[in-house]
Amino acid sequence: MTLFIQQLFNGLALGGVYCLAAIGLTLVFGVLRIPNLAHGALYMLGAYITYFFLTTLGVPYIAAIGIAALLLFVVGVGLERLVFHPLRNSPHTHHMIAAVGAMFFFQALAQAIWGADFRRMKTPITGGLDILGAEISAQRIVIIVTAVIVLALLAWFIKRSIHGQTIEAIEQDRIGASLVGISPSMVSMLTLGLSALLATVAAGLVAPINLLSPTMGDALNLKVFAIIILGGLGSLPGAIVGGFALALAETMTATYISSAVGEAVAFIVLVAVLAIKPTGLFTKAVQR
Amino acid sequence: MNALKNPRLLGTFAVVVLIGAAPAVFAGENYAMRVITVGMCAAIAVYGLNIILGFTGQLSLAQGGFFGIGAYGVGLLTTDYDWSFWSAFFVSVIGTAVIGYLCGLIALRTKDEYFAIFTMAIGFIIFLVISRWEAVTHAHSGVNNVKFPEGAGIVDFSSPIAMFYLVFLVLLICIYITHAIRRSSVGRTLLTIRTSEDLADAIGVRVGFSKQLAFAASAVFGGIGGGLYATVVGFIGPDAASIDKTFEFLMFILVGGMGTVAGPLLGSMIVTFLFELFQDFQAYRFIVLGPIIVALVIFAPRGIIGYLGEFIDRRNRRRRLAGMRRSPKETGPDGRSAAPTAETMTESGAGTTSEETK
Amino acid sequence: MTLLEVRGLGKRFGGLDAVKSVDLDVDEGRITAVIGPNGAGKSTLFNLIHGFYHPTAGTVTFRGDDITHSSPHRTVAGGIARTFQTTNLFEDSTVLENVLAGRIVRSKSTIFDAVFHTPRHRRESRVNEDKAMEALEYCGIAEHRHDLASNVPQEVQKRTAVAMALATEPELLLLDEPAGGIPEEETADFGDLIRSLPGQGVSVLLVEHKMTMIMGLADTILVLDHGQKLALGTPAEIQSNPDVIRAYLGSSTDEEN
Repeated sequence: MTLFIQQLFNGLALGGVYCLAAIGLTLVFGVLRIPNLAHGALYMLGAYITYFFLTTLGVPYIAAIGIAALLLFVVGVGLERLVFHPLRNSPHTHHMIAAVGAMFFFQALAQAIWGADFRRMKTPITGGLDILGAEISAQRIVIIVTAVIVLALLAWFIKRSIHGQTIEAIEQDRIGASLVGISPSMVSMLTLGLSALLATVAAGLVAPINLLSPTMGDALNLKVFAIIILGGLGSLPGAIVGGFALALAETMTATYISSAVGEAVAFIVLVAVLAIKPTGLFTKAVQR
Repeated sequence: MNALKNPRLLGTFAVVVLIGAAPAVFAGENYAMRVITVGMCAAIAVYGLNIILGFTGQLSLAQGGFFGIGAYGVGLLTTDYDWSFWSAFFVSVIGTAVIGYLCGLIALRTKDEYFAIFTMAIGFIIFLVISRWEAVTHAHSGVNNVKFPEGAGIVDFSSPIAMFYLVFLVLLICIYITHAIRRSSVGRTLLTIRTSEDLADAIGVRVGFSKQLAFAASAVFGGIGGGLYATVVGFIGPDAASIDKTFEFLMFILVGGMGTVAGPLLGSMIVTFLFELFQDFQAYRFIVLGPIIVALVIFAPRGIIGYLGEFIDRRNRRRRLAGMRRSPKETGPDGRSAAPTAETMTESGAGTTSEETK
Repeated sequence: MTLLEVRGLGKRFGGLDAVKSVDLDVDEGRITAVIGPNGAGKSTLFNLIHGFYHPTAGTVTFRGDDITHSSPHRTVAGGIARTFQTTNLFEDSTVLENVLAGRIVRSKSTIFDAVFHTPRHRRESRVNEDKAMEALEYCGIAEHRHDLASNVPQEVQKRTAVAMALATEPELLLLDEPAGGIPEEETADFGDLIRSLPGQGVSVLLVEHKMTMIMGLADTILVLDHGQKLALGTPAEIQSNPDVIRAYLGSSTDEEN
């Protein structure tokens, strides 16, 4: 039972990270209609920049994540301007190839600056909590709480602010939105920036638990794509449900079956969803 | 025959002859021979990518994985299990065919971004299995001393030149198959899927099934390229199956031209040569290559052969138009033909012909 | 003889009936038309017959075979071709290549035939070229065969779509607004093309908005409204049917353009 509670919290923490990473990806798909294959690379870059501010410059943890998130917002905007915007009328294969190009660029950049070896980020939050006999590390609690706060802020942003509302409008009807005078181009930039920002928050939160490496984004890429395909490309609630579902499934199979199976869960989910219902389980938001 | 009049075929011949003659130039320079031979192994896999991406219009990110399966199949079977190269090669290729076909069962249900994401997952899983399953694949220690092909006492494949011509022969077969696909109704089927799946469906094309076969075929080419690669280099590590390989293949096909017959070969050779120039920056080369691939997709998505082909088409159309203008009845003064741009050309073309209809 | 028999056909999308209990007979050698206001379910009916959508009720029988649940591939192979409301062509290809694409469904040669250049492959390539040229000439666009499909005038594109459908050697051709977007003065020519089809052994089922064209072309007209049959009869009967006048013809003037 103690083990179960321990793993439940591990799963929830991981789920928070997955949600933050997946929700940006699904937003980008909803607004730009492209799967951003470089998303994992943005996450990786976010982790390294957080690491740089925290470890190299000694900026406090929360501030390091905040600065990194803002920087990545700029990187996301740049990615939209320089890569996706020029390709908006090209065949769909072209953005994906370009995204792969961007992904390799970011990986090589990180490798050039920080080297190919694994790095460890010192956890600034120590200690833990005793919940029903299980020792839950404070870092995981922080992840869960932050994820909930960020998701709530995001929901507020999308429902209340004018920018958020335009994102939602475009997600639902691109042509209709441009008719009422919203610039899709502006919203595309904003969305990609936001997705990079959210991925960085996710990366900054989980970095003290995991190791950093230039290819750390590859595995995450597979997972977030599995999540948003499970939830339906473009669906926000789908990304949240899918994120927690995948994380819990992964943690539990890794604990009770084997860690190899745990790693394969994302892949199995992806294949199963594509085999059974190729358009995802919550497909309301996707109109093809 | 009229093959000689066809500039496309002529171009393909030229590239092939040029590369076929390489040993004469690089005789004795084993390193250069090896680089070219490895480039040709990659080119074979790129011909596979060409079938699924170039002809069918579906981005497969699993090609590096299939290359790795071919390479590890040959590598492990000839070392740990002491099979002969040929039997190992044969089994590895059949193996990639089966895996490709099975993956295709799901791939045929997906399209566009779903297809790309699915194949990305396949590629990643293949890489994970190869790099983690230590008991079988030796993970990061890789596979050493992969056997040379047996020459039955006639050919000695430990000679770089013999190896070169073996790979060259297989490459020629792949090019011929690509050419045969392109001009047949099989190629037409794939092209209809690339342009519009719905329309292809409406004219009775078996979209899913064709896609599955195209994917399996691309996997087979990947396996063949990988199998040869293993024996050419003699040592393989997990990077033979990584997404980096897929990226290289994408680069090759983009430079040469997607959906063309000569493009994959030309692109592979040019980019392999560039890679050699960047040899010292091996780990960081993607800092340059990443933006290059983005720029290619944005500014020159058709690749070298694609643009050459377009140029030839335009010239042919211009000739035909000139012929039509002269033959039936006299038309207006031919002031346009001075140096028409693509747009004015085709527009004026349509105009003239529809006038003639009436 | 009845070629296509539709019985009680229905399709629900999320609780709404797009098409509901439609009965229709298409006779061999005849031109049958489906008319109705926008959103009456005409295109859905086509998609159901052709196999793009699977009906939630009813049956479709073609030459006595139940094709209710067959895929478009099988439907086309069985002899039903179609064109789309918005002209749908392979735009990067020439007109000839477009029409050749219509031959795919009749091609039996495989990749092996192509690689080994078998007699079957050669014979089939020749037949395909001949049939494609035949269709091009029949539709009067042979001189455009080497032009890119995206560069020819709208009317030629429409004719290319018909030629591509004819290249599949259909017995029944479904035309979804074949004259849409064609200038008024060319509609008559286009009507002649459609009228000549039954003489070639191709029966026609069409959806069209241009009423003058329909009335002069169709042998039988089905009027749909809200996915249901409103009337069925000859053009003369339809024109005098009070229900039809109220539901459709009265307001047709503003829908024609």
